[in-house]
Amino acid sequence: MSFPFWRRKRRNEELNEEIQAHLTLAEREAMESGQSQREARFSARHEFGNVGLAEEVTRDTWGSRWLVDLSQDVRFGFRILRRSPGFSALAILCLTLGIGANAAVFSWVEGILFRPYPAVTHQEQLLAITGTARGESGPTGISWPDLLDLRRNCTLVDSFIVTKIMGTTLSIGDRAEVTAGSIVSANYFDAIGVHPILGRGFVPGEDTGRNAHPVTVISYQLWKGRFKGDPQIIGKTQRLSGVLHTIVGVMPEGFYGTFVGWAMQFWVPASMEETFGAGGYKLEDRSARWIEAYVRLKPGVTPRQGQEEISAVAERLEAAYPDTNRGRGIKLWPLWQTPFNNAGTLLPTLEIMLAVVVFVLLIACANVGNLLLVRSFARRHEMTVRLAIGAGRSRLLKQLLTEGLILSAFGAAGGLLVAYWCRHALVLLFPARGGVAMHLPGEIDWRVVALSAGVCLIATLLIGLVPAIQSAKIDLAGALKADSAGVVGGAGRAWVRSGLVLVQVSLSFVLLVGAGLLMQSLQKIRTSSPGFSTHGVLETVVPLVSAGYDAPRAQSFQDELLERVKALPGVESAAFGRMTPLSYGSFSSTPIAVDGYQPPPEEQPIVQYNEVGPDYFATMGIPLVSGREFTRADDEKAALVAAVNETMAAKYWRGKNPIGERVQVKGRWMQVVGVAKDSKYESVRETPKPFFYVPLRQNFSRGADLFIRTPLNAETMATALTREVHTLDPGLALYEVITLQEQVDRSTSPQMVAVTLVGVLGGLALLLATIGLYGVMSYAVSQSARELGLRMALGAGSVNLLRLVLSRGLALTAGGVLLGGVVALALTRLLGNLLYRVSPYDPLAFGSALAVMTIASLAACFLPAWRAARTDPARALRD
Amino acid sequence: MIGRGNRYQNRTEILQGTLDMLILQTLQWAPRHGYALSKAIRTNSGEILKVDTGSLYPALHRLERKGWIAAEWKTSELGPRLRVYRLTKTGRKHLISERSRWQRLTTAIAGILNPAKKVSET
Repeated sequence: MSFPFWRRKRRNEELNEEIQAHLTLAEREAMESGQSQREARFSARHEFGNVGLAEEVTRDTWGSRWLVDLSQDVRFGFRILRRSPGFSALAILCLTLGIGANAAVFSWVEGILFRPYPAVTHQEQLLAITGTARGESGPTGISWPDLLDLRRNCTLVDSFIVTKIMGTTLSIGDRAEVTAGSIVSANYFDAIGVHPILGRGFVPGEDTGRNAHPVTVISYQLWKGRFKGDPQIIGKTQRLSGVLHTIVGVMPEGFYGTFVGWAMQFWVPASMEETFGAGGYKLEDRSARWIEAYVRLKPGVTPRQGQEEISAVAERLEAAYPDTNRGRGIKLWPLWQTPFNNAGTLLPTLEIMLAVVVFVLLIACANVGNLLLVRSFARRHEMTVRLAIGAGRSRLLKQLLTEGLILSAFGAAGGLLVAYWCRHALVLLFPARGGVAMHLPGEIDWRVVALSAGVCLIATLLIGLVPAIQSAKIDLAGALKADSAGVVGGAGRAWVRSGLVLVQVSLSFVLLVGAGLLMQSLQKIRTSSPGFSTHGVLETVVPLVSAGYDAPRAQSFQDELLERVKALPGVESAAFGRMTPLSYGSFSSTPIAVDGYQPPPEEQPIVQYNEVGPDYFATMGIPLVSGREFTRADDEKAALVAAVNETMAAKYWRGKNPIGERVQVKGRWMQVVGVAKDSKYESVRETPKPFFYVPLRQNFSRGADLFIRTPLNAETMATALTREVHTLDPGLALYEVITLQEQVDRSTSPQMVAVTLVGVLGGLALLLATIGLYGVMSYAVSQSARELGLRMALGAGSVNLLRLVLSRGLALTAGGVLLGGVVALALTRLLGNLLYRVSPYDPLAFGSALAVMTIASLAACFLPAWRAARTDPARALRD
Repeated sequence: MIGRGNRYQNRTEILQGTLDMLILQTLQWAPRHGYALSKAIRTNSGEILKVDTGSLYPALHRLERKGWIAAEWKTSELGPRLRVYRLTKTGRKHLISERSRWQRLTTAIAGILNPAKKVSET
């Protein structure tokens, strides 16, 4: 018969009854042998011995002693914490911030990097797949024919899942708005294991044929929102990019597609690519690398095996199609490194954040440890008495750890709450684009909760052990004799507390240096010239493709709009260009040939280019080194021309002036008429690379962006522009009008996010460290009142005392800064590619961190120092 | 904690580790309650062995937890409710192995104490 823990009370009673029965029987027998009742009772008791002890030892055999102890400790701990609510609240607040910061970052890492697509089955088997090009550092897209060949030849891959983000203007009723959607392979929904709640997904074959299958599957949000949850939605049609699509399915709630950063609202099969992307029919074009994709490997296949097989197929493709595939490879990426969505962009920031929150946690723990130390001083008497009446030191340790556990459990609960509130906070740091907010949800699942619980346990150990070490030092006899303040807790205790503050100061110094470095590099990134004007130039998208314009109509629309815009007051010049530099889309790229240039073997020179209209360079503020701008005369009927940048001129013409020379683009020879200065094309951080421009008219694209050089602000221009656009076509919705500076800022938003987060947490760390320093100093002052009084009585002035306390505080700070400086020198390199043109050892960052730290510690020490200076010697000595 | 204190120095203390065996042995013929058990051990040992009650009850509860004995509440005609212990099947098995272990041990010890006698007796 074994009793569970909670029936212990009943069991205790039974044990007592059993022993009483024993005594009764013994007593009765003694009486039978002639003793009086009193004698009998006494001898029975005497014979038995210590009843309480027997009971206790028996209870020990029941085996749940530790549970009883624990419940006792917990109850006692709660009582102790309730008795000093101020202390408890402060400690829990510190831990909430520390654990909350950790839990929030865990939830972001989980929701963005590791489990980005909650509805998708077996995400851990998904890998991202991209193309690579020899001589290019970044990944490229994959062409549809290459993908089909991969699918045919790779035996280790379960499925190739194509998904390419695109935007379109969705007009339902009288409302038009920009909406994100995906161009997907027909196997998409089956391969990711998400099934429609209404209608069907795509069926095999729907991703073949030119514009052959105008069908779409819509998201739950779109169905509920724009279509008001219409139960008869299946089979209805919706105009998307000018083409009527039949709605064949509705996806379940909580499914947002497979693109980190944006929530997809609809999906169309790959056969419809031409309708949504500019640049013609691509399903048969091996050089059009537009696909972003994932693969799901067969069970048991490692990523390395998958990569080996895919590389082998890529090599065969290279040999079979040298014109388009020379130097081209295919690469697999873990999901959390996916280069074509925001997982890749946020990865370095989140990595840094993981380190930063550990720092914050340590600082918070040091604070709580310090608070507990002060209290353990106040409880020294209690501890001593408990030791004196026979409590084991391990039992005291358990008690202290239990109290730490209660504190950190509250902190963890609060922290998870903080994380819950902050799980969508990352989106707030990114500007909405085209009126659409990003979608970057944190994910609080069991893994996040488990990790946070782990953090909570570590915090418990950290904060519980500090006073435990102290109480282990209690000297029984000494402590019981001399129970007056200021005797025990001298050197040893002060040393521990100062050590904790030292750690806090050094950790926050490291964070300050990091924040300083990131701030500087953000400053440099945003102010360094991208090679075009960032002020006085506005940019917008006129969505002719999604409005269903064909090429001739789009051409005349562009011409007419340009004339009207140029006529607007305040407009200096305006031009169309297919791609805005530093935007998300990709530039066209082509293999080139140049007269007189012999490429090294194994290299196929591939260069990116932009299709731009007349006055593009003047409007963008890109200076021409020599030659001329494109003009209206460079149209379909004129001779083909091109303009190259300086790097391209230097690489392919070796210092010779390329003006008048020829370059072959997609099999057509063009004459170089201009050389433009280098600028940034895809990223502010890129190194100069060859690039050229061709006239938009000779390489027409319906999807062109409009650039306007004007001193007017974006809102004014947007109003005027909307009016002009609506005069030409009332059905057209204009995208937002932004400055090129805004474009630069958006392209550098990961840096912005890193700065904001490290800055906020660095500030938090500084605050916690300042509180810690203040606590230690004011405690030191209150403890040494007698010493201060004595000094004063012996003739020290208040200024001397002020200086004494301040210098002690500053000495602590100096020590912390020194330690932190060493750590920072070792760690700032980890900021790696978040830094831009800033040395990890930048003296300015270290200097300003030192200044901030000094000011903060002066502020922290001033109040205690002032109190010390106002010591009344008579009273201090009398007390 | 078992056998703590020297309260019964006039009697031979039960050798550490043998109490369990004695309890099992004593329960072999009939179930008994704690008091009867301690009396039985004393009587059967010719008043030499005295069970320290401070050890008896912990031992009983420990043996019960191991499943070697089982307990049951019984009401006696003229007294309080009694907790009566009986030997279980596994307890009986354990007792047999304990007993042979003990026999080997005592033979060995006897051999060490009386080397000459050992030869003549065996």
